[in-house]
Amino acid sequence: MSPTDAPVLQVRGLSKSFGSNQVLRGIDLDVPRGKVVALIGPSGSGKTTILRSLNGLETPDAGTVTVGARGATGVGAPGNGGDTGTVPQLPALTLDFGAKASPREVAALRDRSAMVFQHYNLFPHMTVLQNIIEGPVRVQRRPRAEAVAEAEGLLGRVGLLEKKDAHPFELSGGQQQRVGIVRALALKPQLLLFDEPTSALDPELVDDVLLVIKELAEEGWTMVIVTHELAFARQTADEVVFMDGGVVVERGPASQVLRNPREQRTQAFVRRLLHEI
Amino acid sequence: MDLFWSSLGPMVLGAVQGTIPLAVASFAIGLVLALLVAMLRISRNRIANGVGRFYVSVIRGTPLLVQLFVIFYGLPAVGVKLDPWPSAIIAFSLNVGGYAAEVIRAAILSVPQGQWEAGHMIGMSRGQTLLRIILPQAARVSVPPLSNTFISLVKDTSMASLILVTEMFRVAQQVAAFSQEFMLLYLEAALIYWVICLILSTAQTQLEKRLDRYVAH
Ligand SMILES: Nc1ncnc2c1ncn2[C@@H]1O[C@H](COP(=O)(O)OP(=O)(O)OP(=O)(O)O)[C@@H](O)[C@H]1O
Ligand SMILES: [Mg+2]
Repeated sequence: MSPTDAPVLQVRGLSKSFGSNQVLRGIDLDVPRGKVVALIGPSGSGKTTILRSLNGLETPDAGTVTVGARGATGVGAPGNGGDTGTVPQLPALTLDFGAKASPREVAALRDRSAMVFQHYNLFPHMTVLQNIIEGPVRVQRRPRAEAVAEAEGLLGRVGLLEKKDAHPFELSGGQQQRVGIVRALALKPQLLLFDEPTSALDPELVDDVLLVIKELAEEGWTMVIVTHELAFARQTADEVVFMDGGVVVERGPASQVLRNPREQRTQAFVRRLLHEI
Repeated sequence: MDLFWSSLGPMVLGAVQGTIPLAVASFAIGLVLALLVAMLRISRNRIANGVGRFYVSVIRGTPLLVQLFVIFYGLPAVGVKLDPWPSAIIAFSLNVGGYAAEVIRAAILSVPQGQWEAGHMIGMSRGQTLLRIILPQAARVSVPPLSNTFISLVKDTSMASLILVTEMFRVAQQVAAFSQEFMLLYLEAALIYWVICLILSTAQTQLEKRLDRYVAH
């Protein structure tokens, strides 16, 4: 297998219970480099729990997570080839949660992905620019000037350069979420995780954010996106995974799962979502 | 009225050399202590948590005057003899530590969980997240209650006169005993405390405004 074919993310048998509530019941997931997987499913099906587990915010009871190596070619968007800056290379990492992952291992897993939150979770006491460079400078210990230059470049791309000295409360929800996306990109993760990135937004602000995510997909970022925006999923995702009750019910190419779902539960879910719109 | 003006000088001097430095030093040390105790209280370690809880319980459950007496008049019995000033600073610091710890703990808990998660997401440890993300936000929430703690402390320092610290109220007592003008001198002392507290309240308002910059209205 050449490094480019290797999946960036491989999840096997991920399980998690909260007390007696078994939320994840053996989830498998593969995301090849540069591909986009959309995770859909009814409320409470465990989508957020999966993303949080991948980012080390939740500790599953069992299962393994493997994230591929980050080499000179593997950083961020492959399309951006030489744009590796001073980000250190990382070896591949496999975590076996059944064997009690140590906090160190969880931290290592977290270093390999970045998450965009439903409610943005920007740092309110920092400016937009400070929000973005906090991780690169304070955690990754990269030169400040380099981090600032990169942050400004990314802000320019999402049309928010003139807001760099604003505080989050001065921004609209859509602008805040775009900053949230830039904050994640600035970490140069191998994997981007989005948890319903537009569901907290007013309808007229949704498209700006979805457009940014589409561009990232075209650039070749590897992403897992939890979303209820089926049209967006159809246009952007390479694969759609439908889950319910903590298991994957159906998976396949976006057009197939969303247009001609095989499973009855998928059909009912897709139909209901389409009718809501 | 002559006595009012002639005693004002020594009393203001007592405030400047006694009351205010005592309050400021005790508050500064107490805050550091409070931060440490708050860390214990939010720690997941059961023993650390228990130690913090015990400390807060003792401080809040016993009168400040008794704490002051235990340290100044009590400790010599076990061979620890402290001068009035160190005794007062220790007692007041410990006291502020207990009350402010609970204020800081509540302020930390009031910061949304999502802020911890965002800190972790960008790769920060628990300690780093606390320092860089949580405490700056908790500070804003803490200002009003901590200002109250400080204002109470300024008034409470009058108790230090009972362990022979030469602060403002002790000056008032001495002049009153000498002149027998109790009403005048104690009202004068009250007036000076009031003025100091008014100044502090104004400073509190200013500080809150400054810290409000990044908060939506
Ligand atoms: N920290 C927690 N403690 C207890 N139960 C939890 C916790 N987090 C999640 N759960 C439970 O786990 C289940 C799955 O939650 P999860 O947030 O993963 O669902 P979801 O698919 O993201 O749903 P939604 O579409 O509503 O966001 C729910 O029943 C939820 O109540
Ligand atoms: Mg969710």
